Amino acid sequence: MSPVSWGAALLGGLVLLPAVTGAGLLIGGRRLDRTAGPVALLVTLVTAGLAVVVAAGRPEVSAPFLGIVEGGDLRLAVDGLSAVLVVLVGAVALLVTAFAVVDLPDDAARARFFGYLLLFVAAMLTTVTATTLPALLLAWEVMGATSYALIGYRWAEPGTPTDGTRAFLTTRAGDLGLYVAAGAALAGTGSLVLADLATADGGWLHMAAAGVLLAALGKSAQLPFSAWLSGAMSGPSPVSALLHSATMVAAGGYLLLRLQPLLAATGWAATVTAWTGALTALLLGAVAVAQTDLKQLLAASTAAQIGFVVLAAGVGTTAGGTAHLVAHAAVKAGLFVAAGAWLTALGTKQLADLRGAAHRYPGLGAAAAVAALALAGVPPLALWATKDEVLAGVGGAALRIVALAAAAVSAVYAGRVLAVVLARPTGEERLDTEEPGTRRVPGLVPAVAAVFAILAAALGALAIPAVANVLKDVLGAEGEPSPTVGELLLSGGLALLVLAGTVGLLRRRADALAGLERSPLGSWAGLGRLLSARPAFAVARAAAIIDDRVIDRAVWAVATGAGRLARLASRADDGLIDGAVRGTARAVRRAGDAARRPQTGLLHQYYAQSVIGLAVLLVVLLVVR
Amino acid sequence: MLLSLVIFLPVVVAALLLTAPRLNGRVAIGAWVAVSAVDLALIGWMWWRYAADSEPGPAGVVDGIGYEVDLRWIPTVDAGYHIGVDGLSLPLLALTGVLFLACALWSLREPDRPRTYAALFLFLQTASLGTFAALDLILFFVFFDLTIVGMYFVIAGWGHGNAQRSALKFFLYTFIGSLALLIGFIGLFLGSEERTFDMVTLAQNPPLADSPVAGGLVLLAIFIGLAVKTPLFPFHTWLPDAHTDAPAAGSAILAGVLLKLGTYGFVRIAMPILPDAWSRWAMVIVVVGVVSVLWGAFVALAQADVKRMIAYTSVNHMGYVLLGLGAAGLVASADEGARSVATVGAVYQMVSHGLLTGALFLLTGVLWSRGRSYAFDKWGGLARPAPVFAALLGVAAFGSLGLPGFSAFVAEFQILAGALQAAPVATVFAVTGILVTAGLLLLALQRLLTGPTRVPEAKAVMADAEPVPAGSGETAVLDRPLTTGAMRDVSTRELLVVGSLLVLSVLLGLFPRPLLDLIEPAAVAVVQLVAR
Repeated sequence: MSPVSWGAALLGGLVLLPAVTGAGLLIGGRRLDRTAGPVALLVTLVTAGLAVVVAAGRPEVSAPFLGIVEGGDLRLAVDGLSAVLVVLVGAVALLVTAFAVVDLPDDAARARFFGYLLLFVAAMLTTVTATTLPALLLAWEVMGATSYALIGYRWAEPGTPTDGTRAFLTTRAGDLGLYVAAGAALAGTGSLVLADLATADGGWLHMAAAGVLLAALGKSAQLPFSAWLSGAMSGPSPVSALLHSATMVAAGGYLLLRLQPLLAATGWAATVTAWTGALTALLLGAVAVAQTDLKQLLAASTAAQIGFVVLAAGVGTTAGGTAHLVAHAAVKAGLFVAAGAWLTALGTKQLADLRGAAHRYPGLGAAAAVAALALAGVPPLALWATKDEVLAGVGGAALRIVALAAAAVSAVYAGRVLAVVLARPTGEERLDTEEPGTRRVPGLVPAVAAVFAILAAALGALAIPAVANVLKDVLGAEGEPSPTVGELLLSGGLALLVLAGTVGLLRRRADALAGLERSPLGSWAGLGRLLSARPAFAVARAAAIIDDRVIDRAVWAVATGAGRLARLASRADDGLIDGAVRGTARAVRRAGDAARRPQTGLLHQYYAQSVIGLAVLLVVLLVVR
Repeated sequence: MLLSLVIFLPVVVAALLLTAPRLNGRVAIGAWVAVSAVDLALIGWMWWRYAADSEPGPAGVVDGIGYEVDLRWIPTVDAGYHIGVDGLSLPLLALTGVLFLACALWSLREPDRPRTYAALFLFLQTASLGTFAALDLILFFVFFDLTIVGMYFVIAGWGHGNAQRSALKFFLYTFIGSLALLIGFIGLFLGSEERTFDMVTLAQNPPLADSPVAGGLVLLAIFIGLAVKTPLFPFHTWLPDAHTDAPAAGSAILAGVLLKLGTYGFVRIAMPILPDAWSRWAMVIVVVGVVSVLWGAFVALAQADVKRMIAYTSVNHMGYVLLGLGAAGLVASADEGARSVATVGAVYQMVSHGLLTGALFLLTGVLWSRGRSYAFDKWGGLARPAPVFAALLGVAAFGSLGLPGFSAFVAEFQILAGALQAAPVATVFAVTGILVTAGLLLLALQRLLTGPTRVPEAKAVMADAEPVPAGSGETAVLDRPLTTGAMRDVSTRELLVVGSLLVLSVLLGLFPRPLLDLIEPAAVAVVQLVAR
């Protein structure tokens, strides 16, 4: 095989290996529960290796799919942005799988879990390498469906299926945008190639941009779609660690970064994107501060942090956005692993009851502390550097103030976590309130969390211009602005100040934020109500009633009308037509009677009759002639 | 000759079955399975040969028709026994073969008059295959009406609930619809220069091209006739009743094959023969399609009965077909590429819907056989006692909601992407339909499969159970009485039948090329004919 086709085979394998293995595990079902974990671990390990290889080789691969127009095939390619993301996704998938193998209870339906997990990973890998709209949409929606299955994994628990349904429907509401964007691409460029979108003409350009924006905001849980993330927390912790770090919510941010030229070409979409990202970062950050449940806090902060990525796509700092995406993935995966391990060990995820969790399990605690510090934006850790890379492109003062405020808020919620878990346990914590805890953190878990923590720390190197420029080279984003030293110092100082203030406040008064918890922010600012299906049900009921009482009734009315007409006709038949027939018969009979009268049998009368007849004939003849 | 064999083999065997009253019921069903299998194999052979022959030759519709037979039949009106296959009819012939075989296997243990049942389905198979293969309007009409007769007896004789009433409603409604169709056909005959009922001749030299009023009226008659069958809003209300009371295999055939006679009529007759009228009224057709999409989806959402719900989703799915075909007629506002994509999607949707809705209806048959009820509030938590059933239902539901990886996505993506340029506003409305469908199917999964396990009361089951006539040459297979909390999972046979339909849908969703290679040239030909 030539080098080109080797690359294609490897890229195909990157996607197909987890997809086929996942499908196999699902079909095998519970028989494969024992082998599912090791198999998944092996597959994600190979996948991660393949990801590194294709990131270096930058291959392309295409499989025939739709015809007639250009770009109907399923085409994957690895460019700079894709290279960064496949490595990220591969690595996070491997680490999360390792965590899941030890975190899931022994009697769990592991084949189903790892089957969907692998399918999900395959879909995410396809999403970040797709270069045609059919390939993108295929992966994009399969990712949504597998996330439904993963969130609803414990379907027997009340409420869990609803959470899965809500997540799928919300993200699918956004996906409608991609269908529209595909139509607009076909109309505006005559092809379905993703990169051509920005060259669409006229109204189609705006339609495509609006569709892409909608899809990305839905997937990334940006305003106004954020609430599905809250429900998504009912999935197992490894699912949260995967969905809310490098995949799913990251996919929306990725798509906007990828299609930044399209957003920029419209004139309005980039601005809308930037503001949506910044406002999500601020509002969902505030929501995170108001949470009492650690996983809910982390979920809200995910939407907030992805908000910075979306902001980056809007203002055109794609390198900064990509760096933030990667750094956030490491930070958040680490924190979710910690939260999940604490939940398994202590049986609770309530912040108040996790007091001193870091002291109970020091190794895991240290890793979680580093990740939380990074989340706060403390120098020299990752999110400090990447957030400033993003903010370097922000032009307007208002947008900059909102973004800085959002950054400060992230230090508050990170501070909340740190203040609780680093405190000494008082012995008053209520454990095992949500599930029976095992009081054990398997040795692999701190190791996994440590890898994420190390990444979270090491990516802080992006604050060094030379390192940042390497990334920009890889992404083909040379010339994008970088933060000045002053900006870096300002944001770092701000983060430290706010963090110190928060921790200090909470040390003195643990219930300092109780008022906030009871405010609407505690219940996700009422965003859930925005996604209510109630209007749809009202429309549905009304339509069903009309269908039954008007349309079907009308059909029956026509049928019964026809019946009535038939009865009328039958009456007419009896009275008029049949009467006429009977009348005729009577007349004929009477005529017959009359005709019989001359038949007397007397010859002389016959002669007389014939003479009269002949005479009449003669007269007639004479008259007529 | 081969095509005639494919069409008439089932009805010949049906006649033989009817003339052997002492035949064991099991043997009769066995014969049905065997004949369906042979028929499907022959269709497969025809497909293989046609695909090998036609590449890259002519596309069909007006030329390049395979297995053509054209015999004189009623010479005074130039109606002939003209049949043949092309890229439009072959996929549907294959779908018919697959679904009838699936239903034969599904009915292996049919306890109620199995011999007549098998004969009736074989008769229906001939009628359906004949309609798809017909290239003469009168022949088409005859086969078309025979399907109505066959289905009437299936519902009336083997249905449940209010079967007589539903069957009569189905018969009268669709039969009157077919009369509108006949009026339209006569209009085509009178309008044609050659005075013929031959579809190919008519498509080559379309009648009524220069008389928009007459053309429009003829199209109206044909449209109403086909819209009743499809069914489109507002002619759809026979569908839920007929489905709810039909036996599972009957529902699968009704939704999977008979509805396609309507949509197939649009693409085979209305579009190529009345191109002028079709493009003149294309916007109206698009609107009817989109209203069907939304109406079907929303009314389905409000149903309290799973079988009625699936029936209404058929209205939704057939609406997409009309959207695609209507968009193909908006010649002035879209490129040929986009219009062709929409048409290909519409034809693909016919095949895809047949497989997925067939599977869904067969699965509702599992519910009926276990608990004599389709009501959502009678069932719950079935994933516990019946995990395989739950898995099948889940997969079928995701397929039906258009998840990529299933055939429905290939269809709906092409319809929506292709139609957007021609009718942007209508298409954006139609796109929201896929969200409503997703919602209602997920809700159905949630109601049936999760929550506390519930099955209908055992007493009610026994009281409602249909009496099984003794001495039908068959041991009666009654379902074991149910106790609350227990439901027998699907049997291996049920798993194989539904599983193969779903596997086919996945194969068509991931590897659409073989089918698309067949459909695309024919669809492009139709689009070009419409644009004349």
